[in-house]
Amino acid sequence: MATTTRALTSRQPGTVLLAAEGVRKFFGDDRSPVLERIDLELREGEFVALLGPSGSGKSTLLRILAGLLDPSDGRVLVHGSPLHGPNRQVAIVFQGFALFPWLTVYQNVELGLLATNVPDAERRERALRAIDLIGLDGFEEAFPKELSGGMKQRVGFARALVVQPEVLFMDEPFSALDVLTAETLRSELRDLWSDSAMPTKSVLMVTHNIDEAVSMADRILVFGANPGRIRVELKGLRPAERRDKSAARTRLVDAIYQVITNPDEDAEQLVEHYTARPPTRRRRAEPPRPRRYQTLPDVSIDDLTGFVQYLSGIGNSGTLSDLARDLQMKGEVLFRIAEATDLLGFADIQERSVFLTPLGQRFASLELDPQKALFRHSVLDHISLMREIVHRLEESPSHSLESEVVLEELETSFTSAEARRQFETLVDWGRYAELFSYDDVDGELRLDEEHYNV
Amino acid sequence: MSQPIAPVTRPTSTPAATAPAPRWVEVLLLCAVAAVIFGVMRVAAEWRAPLSPGAHIELSPARLPYYAALSTLRMVLAYIVSLAFSLAYARTAAASRAAERVMLPLLDILQSIPILSFMPGVVLGLVALFPGRTLGLELAAVILIFTSQAWNLAFSFHQSLITIPGELTEAARVYHLGFWRTFTRLELPFGVISLVANSMMSWAGGWFFLMASEQFTLGNGNLRLPGLGSYLAAAADAGDTRALVLGLLTLVVVIVLIDPLLWRPLVAWSDRFKFETSGTEQPSSKVLDVLRGSVLVDALKSRVLRPLARRIDRAFSSSIASERAEEAAAGSPARRRVWTSVGTALVALAILAVVWAGVLSVHTLATLSSGDWEHIAVSAGATLARTTIALIIAAAWTIPAGVAIGTNPQWSRRLQPLVQVTASIPATAVFPVLLLALLAVPGGLNVAAVALMLLGTQWYVLFNVIAGAMAIPSDLKEAATNYHVVGWRRWKTLILPAIFPYLVTGMITATGGAWNASIVAEYVNFAGHTTSTVGLGALIAGAAERSQFPLLLAGTLVMAGIVIIINRLLWRRLYGYAETRFRLG
Repeated sequence: MATTTRALTSRQPGTVLLAAEGVRKFFGDDRSPVLERIDLELREGEFVALLGPSGSGKSTLLRILAGLLDPSDGRVLVHGSPLHGPNRQVAIVFQGFALFPWLTVYQNVELGLLATNVPDAERRERALRAIDLIGLDGFEEAFPKELSGGMKQRVGFARALVVQPEVLFMDEPFSALDVLTAETLRSELRDLWSDSAMPTKSVLMVTHNIDEAVSMADRILVFGANPGRIRVELKGLRPAERRDKSAARTRLVDAIYQVITNPDEDAEQLVEHYTARPPTRRRRAEPPRPRRYQTLPDVSIDDLTGFVQYLSGIGNSGTLSDLARDLQMKGEVLFRIAEATDLLGFADIQERSVFLTPLGQRFASLELDPQKALFRHSVLDHISLMREIVHRLEESPSHSLESEVVLEELETSFTSAEARRQFETLVDWGRYAELFSYDDVDGELRLDEEHYNV
Repeated sequence: MSQPIAPVTRPTSTPAATAPAPRWVEVLLLCAVAAVIFGVMRVAAEWRAPLSPGAHIELSPARLPYYAALSTLRMVLAYIVSLAFSLAYARTAAASRAAERVMLPLLDILQSIPILSFMPGVVLGLVALFPGRTLGLELAAVILIFTSQAWNLAFSFHQSLITIPGELTEAARVYHLGFWRTFTRLELPFGVISLVANSMMSWAGGWFFLMASEQFTLGNGNLRLPGLGSYLAAAADAGDTRALVLGLLTLVVVIVLIDPLLWRPLVAWSDRFKFETSGTEQPSSKVLDVLRGSVLVDALKSRVLRPLARRIDRAFSSSIASERAEEAAAGSPARRRVWTSVGTALVALAILAVVWAGVLSVHTLATLSSGDWEHIAVSAGATLARTTIALIIAAAWTIPAGVAIGTNPQWSRRLQPLVQVTASIPATAVFPVLLLALLAVPGGLNVAAVALMLLGTQWYVLFNVIAGAMAIPSDLKEAATNYHVVGWRRWKTLILPAIFPYLVTGMITATGGAWNASIVAEYVNFAGHTTSTVGLGALIAGAAERSQFPLLLAGTLVMAGIVIIINRLLWRRLYGYAETRFRLG
């Protein structure tokens, strides 16, 4: 790989192109913000990655910086002046490609130039050049539905680059692609960027893939969820270290992994511990918001029990990455399942491995009914909200509870969409534990009389 | 809202290879263009013609093509107006939350109102507006067809607009497409498929009202719009069976021909706007293939249409520069204040107008005696009984028939086209035949009225039941068979729950249709004299003819109210229940 002019400039960042100052975002009249006090600067010559679990507001922040959403609080500055309406310095590459299916590749690429008053001849010339640059030669007259995912995203890139944006935004640009295609596109983009083949001065990428962020970015902002906030800011690797399996890379990936899998611990301490170097910039220490209930991972009973069974079958432990590969799951999904078993006391997550606890091993060995009984005890022991609901059901003369009541309670701690998800998980687990039944039509939880005195 | 019936798709016939069209096709196309131009000029002359009460319909078969052309032209005009209205209305409603909150419920109410109850009022008003010309009658017909077509088109386009994927809307904003380009490059293409499907439905509904408005006679004179509807009415009046049969045949031919000549090419063409990235079956159209291969059409496209489209695009599109200027101006406090005050004034005016109309109505209604109200109540009861009977009969035969057709692919293939052709004949066109047969029988009008309601509404129910039965997953059917769930138990556990949501959808449309039909069914001018039976429709039609405005207003309001109440209290609830309990998948 060519040593690059970009990499040099990235060490001495240039002028600030785009900045967020104290940006907060609420949706509707939710009391919990999606984004909490974000400060961010994007400088000339930088490739910045926003990394974090889903629900951490990173895509929302991208849309606020692009002027597609207004912040509820705080402001966005473009070259120092406040932004109103869509940001003209920015082009976005979308996760789902966002191609117009009834327009050809050429027409899709040309789309970005229509509003710029560029003369017809020049427009055509520029569009064809972008198509050529991005490796779409020969596909000009094809419709998006004739293209593979990778080719579609190439059109997305060509459409963004043809307008020569000052800042290129990418919203999980590779996550809808298969692994090999994603890797090809990533490396091509890396080359375009480092050879200064594109006129873009800065790139901002949203991703939940740690490897992707580490292999591309000069600066990595790790986000946390509930509320969405920047937990830690890390300097990226030097270009030479970004290649596979360098020691520095492994250390950085590990550190970020620790930060993400320990949402309630101090991110900066974790980083220092794992990389033996401090993060680039100390952030204001933010006291975690007091939360009445733990967040239940969005995991179905089938996945949960299946995972415990599987672990017990392979010797009660495994690393997360091996498990993700063997079970053919996305790392994010697998981690959620492991987190759920940890929450219930069936497993322990340490470093990057999961170990079944004795309780978990017993769970795996039982028949259905005793298994359910064990699950019932664990759920009541570990999930405070479940305890509270059963308590309320017992108190209620009719042994029933409106779902609205539970949802309102949840909405004091979660956004309404998240509250609904929490509720669904809660019902799924509670039904399986035979603690209560739930009638979806009249929205009522009813105590399961047979077991309510556990 | 009724569910659009999915256009039947056929396997593709290599659309890529557009063979050049043979010479005779080009000649035919030229003839068609000439014919359309001639027809339009002819009709324009007709419209400016003075209104002559004596103008009667000639029953000679040679006049039939002329009448058919007039009727079709009215349909086309009304459809264009409906389409333009729906696009504008839906776009405006989708533009802001506030607009949506007012415009959607309004659309819902408009949709529930039985249109024909306004027909007498509308015709009288418009004829008075253009005294001595047929223009008033023509406009009345167009307005009536419009009211039967516009609402579901507007609903469908609005539905499309709000379901455009978020990323596409964002891309349009990020790349500064502006209003016009977003509309033409994104919103319209995204909505085209459902617009075409709904247009086919609207068009079918339009024939019903066209026939009704052409048959409408004003006062005691023979004021009729020349067209297929009036031809049929005149033929029945004269007891001319041959003319009646020929007239009906012409109507069927026109309706059936429009499918391959207009709708099928449109469906095939609109397939390119399908959003799913890969499709298995593509609809095809021979006519479209021929048009695509035609040199004439090609020349027209490249010489006239494309440059014209480019011009229009330029004229309406904003550039970033103009957008910026506009933003600056719109952002200035003075400009914003002006707009706010203009908006407030408009809203205030609208409220004032509504209040004024309300006061006037109350005043008018106050002149009615308690006897009048009793009369209205009795009439409403009679019509309620008739519509209920019609709906029960409709459900009783369409459920078994629809399930039989829908669950048996062979029957379905054989019977669907037959059913579609039969259903496409507007009930109002058959009505003169019914009258001819039944009016001599005692209580004949009662039977004829129920029959007309049935004819006008049973198809909605049948089509929906067929769609519901076809949607039953085959693994459920196999499971039922495997566990010996047969006979009544099979109906109770599998078939009825599965078709229930579809049945309710059909019944909603049918209820409105049945009440609508009462206005033409309960009060008829036949063979020179008026016959009527007790009913709300008869009351409305009679009040219009005798210019009893208070009674007309009261009757119309009561009818609209009843339909809305039935929809809200009965069908909507059942629909909500069906959605939560019985939706498959």
